Amino acid sequence: MSKKEFIWNRKHLIGLRELSREEIEYILDTAQGFEQVSTRSIKKAPTLRGKVVVNLFFEDSTRTRNSFTLAANRLSADVIEFTQKSSSVSKGETLLDTARNLEAMGIDIVVIRHSAGGAPKFLSRNINACVVNAGDGYCEHPTQGLLDTFTIRKIKGSLEGLKIAIVGDIAHSRVARSDIYAMTKLGAEVTLVGPPTLMPAKVSQLPVQVSYSLDAVIGQVDVINMLRIQFERMGTNPFPSIKEYSHYFGLTVERMKKAKKDILVMHPGPINRGVEIESEVADGTNSVILQQVTNGLAVRMAVLFLVNQAAMAKE
Amino acid sequence: MEILLSSDKIADCITNLANEIISKATRDNQIVVIGVRSRGEILAKRLAEVLSKKLKNKTPCGTLDITLYRDDINNPQGESQPVVRSTEIGFNIDDKIIILVDDVLYTGRSARAAMDALIDLGRPKAIRLAVLVERAGREFPIHADFAGLKVDLPADKSVQVNFVESDGKDRVIVI
Repeated sequence: MSKKEFIWNRKHLIGLRELSREEIEYILDTAQGFEQVSTRSIKKAPTLRGKVVVNLFFEDSTRTRNSFTLAANRLSADVIEFTQKSSSVSKGETLLDTARNLEAMGIDIVVIRHSAGGAPKFLSRNINACVVNAGDGYCEHPTQGLLDTFTIRKIKGSLEGLKIAIVGDIAHSRVARSDIYAMTKLGAEVTLVGPPTLMPAKVSQLPVQVSYSLDAVIGQVDVINMLRIQFERMGTNPFPSIKEYSHYFGLTVERMKKAKKDILVMHPGPINRGVEIESEVADGTNSVILQQVTNGLAVRMAVLFLVNQAAMAKE
Repeated sequence: MEILLSSDKIADCITNLANEIISKATRDNQIVVIGVRSRGEILAKRLAEVLSKKLKNKTPCGTLDITLYRDDINNPQGESQPVVRSTEIGFNIDDKIIILVDDVLYTGRSARAAMDALIDLGRPKAIRLAVLVERAGREFPIHADFAGLKVDLPADKSVQVNFVESDGKDRVIVI
């Protein structure tokens, strides 16, 4: 399908599970056009001039929030930064009341991160503004999935037939879910690697293979995405010790010797250096971790642009 | 359907555009050619080739995507969904004389968007507008410095430029 025939009509980006391959490719193609905005002397385009974007973050974030803020700024939008700690939510205000109050100020796009899965979907059904999911519970983190996919496609040319391992705390990872949906829809074979206690309960329903041995997988894959252990989301210890986890599932210099020479090493950040990945590997020649951050900006600009376009078309 | 320009006439127009540009160029500043996507890009490449031959010097050529600068981008009445593509200008535009190339000049809105986009990329010495067809009906105070053909058509008619590279044949028609 050529880009000219394709019509993007989603005013919300809730997750990649519901997107078609064509829609995902369209976002990635659009993001390519935004890359050069960040490389020129005046890093700004007037595309969202007069629009208001709200960063509605109910969970801590540095990378994603700043990336969305910069993306909105580069498109000339006005940005309202909202965090739970400095808002009326701390006085008991509900999510919907918060959003409706913001909407009464004339906002156009809400970028929401929330610990409750489904919060962005709920919001999208109850307000008129566009809603972009910046991470909800254990469900999805679609722009991270898109930027990971964009990074791989940019370097490898295509995801078709690539073997990709996602390693670590899959159970608590919304990044893993968005990655799985995007990468498999674009033709990659995804293997989840980690201890059984960190696999999601319904892993058999996902279009992936599962391995409990990183050593068995490392030599086969073209891309390896190392996830952070999300200790803050765990009630009990899922493994005996961090040292033992690192021994079996950490990406070490020693383990990298078994990997393909051109393997891409990815990490959504923030990195627990020495736990899931050794510093020498995180900063090594195969690492594309910082490129992921750079690409995230272009992808988020594309997403803000596209949801706004769809909203305008529906008016 | 009325044919405004045949393949031969298009080639003649490009040669004439190149001659006019050279006759008015100053020697102090380098000429660069930048085409507006998508058909301006093709026209710019052809024009740059002719200029390079005549000047016996490679004329730099780039491509400008103006999607993000269109003033109908937030307007639901816009013609169709805009497709964002890359700007590819592999040279510095500071102090250059830019020959901005588009296939048709009509309302002037694309030319305005292109100038805004160029100004965000640097500070050229001057921007000159070269088009294959200059059509009456300007909405902005913009004119072409170099035009292959000037026409005045009713508002319900549209000018369509076809090139071998994108459409399989060279021609300019009114539909």
